[in-house]
Amino acid sequence: MKFGVVIFPGSNCDHDAYHVVSKVIGQPVDFIWHKDEEIDRYDAIILPGGFSYGDYLRTGAIARFSPVMKALKDFVRDGGLALGICNGFQILCEAGLLPGALLRNRSLKYVCEHVNIRVERADTPFTRGYRQGQVLSIPVAHGEGNYFCDAATLAELESQNRIIFRYCDASGAVTDESNPNGSINSIAGITNREGNVLGMMPHPERASESALGCKDGRALFLSMAESLREMIKLRA
Amino acid sequence: MTITTEILDQHNITPEEYERIKQLMGREPNFTELGIFSVMWSEHCSYKSSKVHLRRLPTEGICLVQGPGENAGIVDIGDGWCVAFKIESHNHPSFIEPYQGAATGVGGILRDIFTMGARPVAAMNSLRFGPIKEEVVDDSREQTSSQPVARNRRIMAGVVKGIGDYGNAFGVPTIGGEVAFDDCYSLNPLVNAFALGLVRREQIFYGKAEGIGNSVIYVGAKTGRDGIHGATMASAEFDEAAMEKRPTVQVGDPFAEKLLLEACLEAMRSGAIVGIQDMGAAGLTSSSCEMGARGGAGLEINLDLVPQRETGMTAYEMMLSESQERMLIVAARGHERQLMEIFHRWDLDAVIIGHVIAEEKLRVLHQGELAAEIPNKALTDEAPRYNRPQQPFDVATEDAKPKIEAAISNLKSQIADEPPVFTEILRRLVASPNLASKEWVYRQYDHMVRTNTVVLPGSDAAVIRVKETRRNLAMSLDCNGRYCHLNPREGARQAVAEAARNVVCSGARPLAVTNCLNFASPERPEVMWAFSETIDGMAEACRAFNTPVTGGNVSFYNETEGRGVYPTPVIGMLGLIEDAKDTTTQWFKDAGDVIVLLGVTQNDLGASELLSVMTGEVSGAVPRLDLDAEKAVQEVCLKAIQEGLINSAHDCSDGGLAVALAESCFSSYRRPAIGARIDLTGHAKLSALNDATALLFAESPSRIILSLKPEHLAEVKNIAQEAGVVCAVIGEIGGEELSVVCDGVKLIATAVASLEEAWRNALPSNLDRPMQMAAG
Repeated sequence: MKFGVVIFPGSNCDHDAYHVVSKVIGQPVDFIWHKDEEIDRYDAIILPGGFSYGDYLRTGAIARFSPVMKALKDFVRDGGLALGICNGFQILCEAGLLPGALLRNRSLKYVCEHVNIRVERADTPFTRGYRQGQVLSIPVAHGEGNYFCDAATLAELESQNRIIFRYCDASGAVTDESNPNGSINSIAGITNREGNVLGMMPHPERASESALGCKDGRALFLSMAESLREMIKLRA
Repeated sequence: MTITTEILDQHNITPEEYERIKQLMGREPNFTELGIFSVMWSEHCSYKSSKVHLRRLPTEGICLVQGPGENAGIVDIGDGWCVAFKIESHNHPSFIEPYQGAATGVGGILRDIFTMGARPVAAMNSLRFGPIKEEVVDDSREQTSSQPVARNRRIMAGVVKGIGDYGNAFGVPTIGGEVAFDDCYSLNPLVNAFALGLVRREQIFYGKAEGIGNSVIYVGAKTGRDGIHGATMASAEFDEAAMEKRPTVQVGDPFAEKLLLEACLEAMRSGAIVGIQDMGAAGLTSSSCEMGARGGAGLEINLDLVPQRETGMTAYEMMLSESQERMLIVAARGHERQLMEIFHRWDLDAVIIGHVIAEEKLRVLHQGELAAEIPNKALTDEAPRYNRPQQPFDVATEDAKPKIEAAISNLKSQIADEPPVFTEILRRLVASPNLASKEWVYRQYDHMVRTNTVVLPGSDAAVIRVKETRRNLAMSLDCNGRYCHLNPREGARQAVAEAARNVVCSGARPLAVTNCLNFASPERPEVMWAFSETIDGMAEACRAFNTPVTGGNVSFYNETEGRGVYPTPVIGMLGLIEDAKDTTTQWFKDAGDVIVLLGVTQNDLGASELLSVMTGEVSGAVPRLDLDAEKAVQEVCLKAIQEGLINSAHDCSDGGLAVALAESCFSSYRRPAIGARIDLTGHAKLSALNDATALLFAESPSRIILSLKPEHLAEVKNIAQEAGVVCAVIGEIGGEELSVVCDGVKLIATAVASLEEAWRNALPSNLDRPMQMAAG
């Protein structure tokens, strides 16, 4: 099993994602330079947070043209797992691997704080270690995390159960006050139709160790490792 | 071009200085050379007014690897790891253009850190603004006019966004600092940026040019016309035409800086670099002559080769440009190609623009001509030094008590008897912008990137882990400008003491200091006297705590239209937590825990937050710090923490005991608010103080509030007794109320939740709501 963490120019959570995979869940992991086109040797790819290309044009808008993104499309088509966190989520949307877009926060301000998110589905390769309805405390840190899509897409996301995380309060209730950025239907994370690509604004890698005050994010990486183990077994 | 008096004036060069330039050169300088002298001899770059005093600071210590004089100070934290850290001001640009001024301040300090080979892992900042709250202090005083308040808010919002946007994109967590407000900062905001990085001891790099013939490589962003004369601008007071200086403010590009960081660290690991220096203030000029001077060699550079963003730039403009995100590197011979390839991979320019020469000179070629040739030493060591005249002023000795009592009885007549008046006073204090929650600020900073932040912002000191070790680092920025204004020496001693106390409360041993000395014009004798006093006070305290000064920055001329800032010597204290498990926060943990106060409370109400909130005045005698008593209190606290006896520790300072207790009660991440029942009777006796106002709100130094399990009380008392520290049990944690009694008299009774709401909402309510339009 091998994880890959992509480095775009301007990625800044690359080391954090690497650390959580290598040290916290103890799995093999490499950095992948964004110009690499050969990613077949990996089983899961993480697009980390940061400000790829400074996010100058629009978040993720330039990173989607990196050679690695073309390779990622093939990788995903072949069933590999891809996780986009924060800027990674924005890039996945820009690249068309996930629908919708991330707009500027409702407050027009960058926001960094712990928020609560509710696990809407515990039967995905990313969330099998959670309980459905479980409330997680995970930090967000973004200026553009306000998820938006058109009505038809939203209806499709809802009807196909592709919303994996929603912002909520400590008791799990989805309220407007607990929505840190104005995301439509309080969406914090979604998957593609096939369920092997997850994009989320909150940072599970920042909440995976007791030294940091919270381990709620760890099960996400453990879930991925568990799923990969099964996939590899099936392949063999 | 003939050098006229007018030209000298524009360059801030005095006729005497010009004579000296001619002497050192042995001839008249040309216009480009004059420009180079003007920046290198500016106050900002030369420290010409401060150097004679800075020598009195202690700069030696066992953990010290690099003291003042390099891009940043470095201390050894064990296991082969070193910490590079420094604080620097960006006050003048932040007033003219808050967003870019603050952003490039962050960019500059980050480059100072990674120039040394260290990866920046933490940032903090110390910010001071004019009042952001419209208020009527009492009926007889006029309402603060809304125009400056609106401008102060705009400056603050711009500065915070600038810091956030730069640090967030770069990927360094901004984990703490301080924000304070006072009238004197209205037209002189202070923006001091601190950064800290980690480096292996054997991988430290220096800004030295060595090896005759070695190539000089320019890397990073292209050179433009921005920031020309930035250093000179930061070396003069402002008048009403200050806004015309906007073009001297640089524009930051955190993305370019991030690429520069990664490329530099990679190049350093490759062994291709001999010396490296960032182009900060005075850009290409200072980097080239300082590298030459440090290495005992010279640099010859050809400006035609410099990557340029604009066409038709003159030698003068290129040498004085302060375009950001640029570095100068001396490459190891034979490694030039390899080095340039690394930078190209990160999409950055990297061009050989010259080489190291034997003559100790800065030689600049442009369009086939010799544009400038100046001995390095003339620009650095031979720069003017001034021992400017000083004029002592009387430090305040007045008792603030009568004014406070008058204001309290006035308030009493206006409100109901229940709850007691002190409850209302406490509510006003926690809601004053100086003491209110700074969440509005730090929420806009990514304070968790790099996953090292073990104490979230809001506690006494910021704490990060050092992943590769079992150690944590604690850091704090502190200064009480009011104290320094009324008594500069005492204020400086207390800034050091409070910074040390803050890291001790977090479980750390204070290691070393960086400082940022913000003052008004050094040409005013009373300012110079205050500066000299500050240095002596700081030196004495740093010696007492055994914390050498590793560097920092002096910012003079924080003065607009004849009005200057308070002397504001900001202390950045670094502390080491040997074992991560000793990391402690200020927040009360468990119901039933005993609350203990170390130290004594005295009638210290002068210059207090209470005086300011109740009367709007800044006056009175500054509390007197006894360094031996302070050290003893800190040692008791640290020992008790290290022996695992303590659940929380909180420095008792601005706003006094009542405010410190409230802060410990307030909620924090994954920890609900909790109440406390306090009885000060015993403490009043031990302190020989029978005065409710002083007991609650005096700002006596050398006090720490601890909370602990009852079964550990005897042991903590023992430790205190052995050290001769007064240790009083003052209460117990529990319930949802904060109540304080003394001698059976109820002083404070309030739900913690309502107090916390006032504390949390103070900044947002002043900063987020639209300004009320003036009537008419």
